[in-house]
Amino acid sequence: MKGEPLISVQKLTKHFPFRKGWIFSRKAGAVRAVDGISFDIFKGEILGVVGESGCGKSTAGRVILCLEPPTSGKVILDGRNITRLDRASIRKLRPRMQMIFQDSYASLNPRHCIGSIIGEPLRIHTRNTRQQIRTRVMELLDLVGLNPNHYNRFPHEFSGGQRQRINIARALSLNPRFLVCDEPISALDVSIQAQVINLFQDLQKELGLTYLFIAHDLSMVQHISDRVAVMYLGKIMELTTRERLFANPLHPYTQSLISAIPIPDPEKERKRVRILLNDEVPSPANPPDGCVFNTRCPIAGPQCRLLEPESRMIFPDHVVVCHKADRNNGSLITDSTAPL
Amino acid sequence: MDKILEVTDLITRFHTFDGVVHALSGVSFHLYRGETLGVVGESGSGKSVTMMSLLHLLAAPPARIEGGRALYFGDNGPLDLLGLDTAGISRIRGGRMGFIFQDALSALNPVMTVGRQISETLVEHLGMTTARAWNRSVQLLDYVGIPEPGKRAAAYPHQFSGGMRQRAMIALAIACQPRVIIADEPTTALDVTVQAQIIDLVLRLKSEMNMSVIWITHDLGVVAGIADRVMVMYAGTVVETAPVDDLFYRPAHPYTIKLLGALPKIGQAGNYRLESIDGTPPDLLEKPSHCQFVWRCDHAGDRCWQDIPQNREISPGHQAACFFPFTDKGVR
Amino acid sequence: MTHPASGLRVDQEKQTDVWSFLTYTWRLLARDKAGMAGLVMFLIVVISAVFAPLLSPHDPLKQNLRFAKHPPAWSEGGSIHHPLGTDNLGRDILSRIIYGTRVSLTVGFFGVLIASSLGIAIGLVAGYAGGTTDNVIMGGVNLVLALPYLVFVVFIAAILGSSLINVILIFGFTDIPIFVRITRGEVIKMRSSGFVESARAIGATDARIIFSHILPNLIGPIVTLATFEMSAMIFYEAGLGFLGLSVPPSIPSWGNMLASGRQYLVSYPWIATFPGLAIIFTGLGMNLLGDWLRDVLDPRMRRVKK
Repeated sequence: MKGEPLISVQKLTKHFPFRKGWIFSRKAGAVRAVDGISFDIFKGEILGVVGESGCGKSTAGRVILCLEPPTSGKVILDGRNITRLDRASIRKLRPRMQMIFQDSYASLNPRHCIGSIIGEPLRIHTRNTRQQIRTRVMELLDLVGLNPNHYNRFPHEFSGGQRQRINIARALSLNPRFLVCDEPISALDVSIQAQVINLFQDLQKELGLTYLFIAHDLSMVQHISDRVAVMYLGKIMELTTRERLFANPLHPYTQSLISAIPIPDPEKERKRVRILLNDEVPSPANPPDGCVFNTRCPIAGPQCRLLEPESRMIFPDHVVVCHKADRNNGSLITDSTAPL
Repeated sequence: MDKILEVTDLITRFHTFDGVVHALSGVSFHLYRGETLGVVGESGSGKSVTMMSLLHLLAAPPARIEGGRALYFGDNGPLDLLGLDTAGISRIRGGRMGFIFQDALSALNPVMTVGRQISETLVEHLGMTTARAWNRSVQLLDYVGIPEPGKRAAAYPHQFSGGMRQRAMIALAIACQPRVIIADEPTTALDVTVQAQIIDLVLRLKSEMNMSVIWITHDLGVVAGIADRVMVMYAGTVVETAPVDDLFYRPAHPYTIKLLGALPKIGQAGNYRLESIDGTPPDLLEKPSHCQFVWRCDHAGDRCWQDIPQNREISPGHQAACFFPFTDKGVR
Repeated sequence: MTHPASGLRVDQEKQTDVWSFLTYTWRLLARDKAGMAGLVMFLIVVISAVFAPLLSPHDPLKQNLRFAKHPPAWSEGGSIHHPLGTDNLGRDILSRIIYGTRVSLTVGFFGVLIASSLGIAIGLVAGYAGGTTDNVIMGGVNLVLALPYLVFVVFIAAILGSSLINVILIFGFTDIPIFVRITRGEVIKMRSSGFVESARAIGATDARIIFSHILPNLIGPIVTLATFEMSAMIFYEAGLGFLGLSVPPSIPSWGNMLASGRQYLVSYPWIATFPGLAIIFTGLGMNLLGDWLRDVLDPRMRRVKK
């Protein structure tokens, strides 16, 4: 998956300041939702981003898509920094990059019929006639596997999976090249998840799309992504190809995340050895010093509490941010999960 | 093995403006002492409605239990849960059977300290004095792994993190040493690393307190790890019940087979397609007159459109509600 | 009809959305007895106002001292000629009540029209802009809401003098804050909602978001509020009329009728009783209607049976 990067994210941060006090409020600190992440997304690839709630993965997606301005850092799309553009220029970029949200129902206006919902981007960005737009919407409905005769129906008449298809159709209406999918399947039932994932894959092949696929479900991310970034407290911990990530995870956090996935196979599940992390994720308003993971890390040493680790490329295509990770520390993971 | 719970032909319907929703059309199952029964199904399959019907937790109207029997085999002989009055079911709820909800934040009272909520249950069901109940609540919080339990008992639910809140609700559910714990998707809202902690906790409590557990989930991975037997529900009916290994290695019902195929294979990287189940679950507004899976089934025959299949034994302890189940001897 | 292969339901004849909405609304109304009653009561009042000259048996202004304080038809000494009796000047009470609906509905309708149009506009600005703009607007709103409402209204009415236009303006302007509050609350809720977020993601302008996405979703709460506020204005108008601060006494209005019946409350109770009942009837009807509208106008309630 080499080639030119479509999008290049450089040292991106997004802090949400909060205030304390009532009358004489003062800036008390900031939630470091995204704290200096850098990566490239290559043309035609699917980059998965995983992490637990509060790790900043959704915020990262929104900032990359210019839905929120970053605190610092750059997002380069086709050689152009898009983070400091005015609102009109950002609107002009919209046809090229689109987003699919997690809550398929909330993201559809309940008072609009689905034909008008899917056609809205066309009405905003093109000068097509009503008839042209209608024809295109019919095409899109067919493309995502919905009945074009349902043009005049309202969102509440559809099931969760169908609503997510409506969202996908709307996002595709302007032929974007880049899609950010923010947990697009986590609210759906298992059998419907498979339908939507297959749709994403088919569309990617058919239309040559590039995805940033955000999820907390590691198994689905592993299924769909070419490369995977693991985030924790606003930082990227590990970034590599999905084969490497699941066969040879180097960061202790990745290792514990993978070991925590329940396997739908009783025998493997009985043998699975989990690396239980104690505690829960610290608050992003007050991240630990040194390595942000040191409070939960099973192998943290003194330097982890003191120094922030740098991002290191241990293998080609395999970046890890950990003092202790090296070429052969697969030892943390025991036999049952190693053959993965 | 001894049964502790036996439900036969449970029928629950919702009388809504749009018509009658056939939420449960004849659900039968049983729970043995000391076992963990996993209940899987998609939303709307009736897995939560079943358990809430047993404990009279559904709002009526619109819900109405229109048939069936639910025997609880307690110390004083069998007891039909569905026939109990309000006082009777309150003694069972929280006393003999504990319930763990998915959303701990809305299940706990936001204006009462966690310790007080647990002590109230103890005072009510076990007749303890307030002071003793408070001490016991602190012990319970300690038992479920909450650090500094004395201090945390005096805190309000919103001051707890997600995982800790779920632990507090578990402490509440086990306060009166129930015989049965019903866990309704207790880990769905939690992150994987925290989910692992909660699963460990419930399994530890189960063996230490000798309870039976009903674990409702949509995650087949979780079921594979914790259940002794698994019951699969679809559109208000039980389609398959089997020991966990049978279910995963020798599934008999086409729905179960497709459900297992829809999961991504961990560690099997490569470009393969997930086997999706086309279509959507049926509209429960129609009274079932044939197999509910027939529209989405690849192997449906004429009979499947005419009759409702009943659960039949395929091998010891393994039942499926299908006219043409897949068996060891090959397809059908 | 169900499609066998996919399990998806296929409609043979898809009716238009307007039609399905209307039939569904009608079915909802038919089920909700209270809502039905409210609608019927409200329609009776509206029809009385529109067709007052046709419906009333007498000229509401015509005095006839010979027939003054005539009791209603069913009590002793009453006649079918004046079904609800006559007042102290011999005017037919039924006719005056029928004409009185005109004053009440005019005040209610135009008062709400002024209050809602200005209130929605201000509320949209406050909710959508947020920040300092919001703080300033809401400061003003809370200031007005903190004033003792009735005293305030009576005070203005006393200064401006009594006329229909003045009453409408007073009610219209003093009621703005409530509409601002409700609108602002809804807008803030919607501003962070999924569909507004999606609209921004597809590049919609602020104007488009406000007019195409936010406004249509305000209809439900605003229509409901308007119904309640209209009934409240009808009450207050009667109150002002009772104090002699509403329309001039020559115009038949329920408040004026109450005021003139006050001194005869013991000996000739019907003079004040029937306008009082008319006020209660209207208020009850509109509140029942408002409750029902609140349910119907929520699109999530509008689950069309597939």
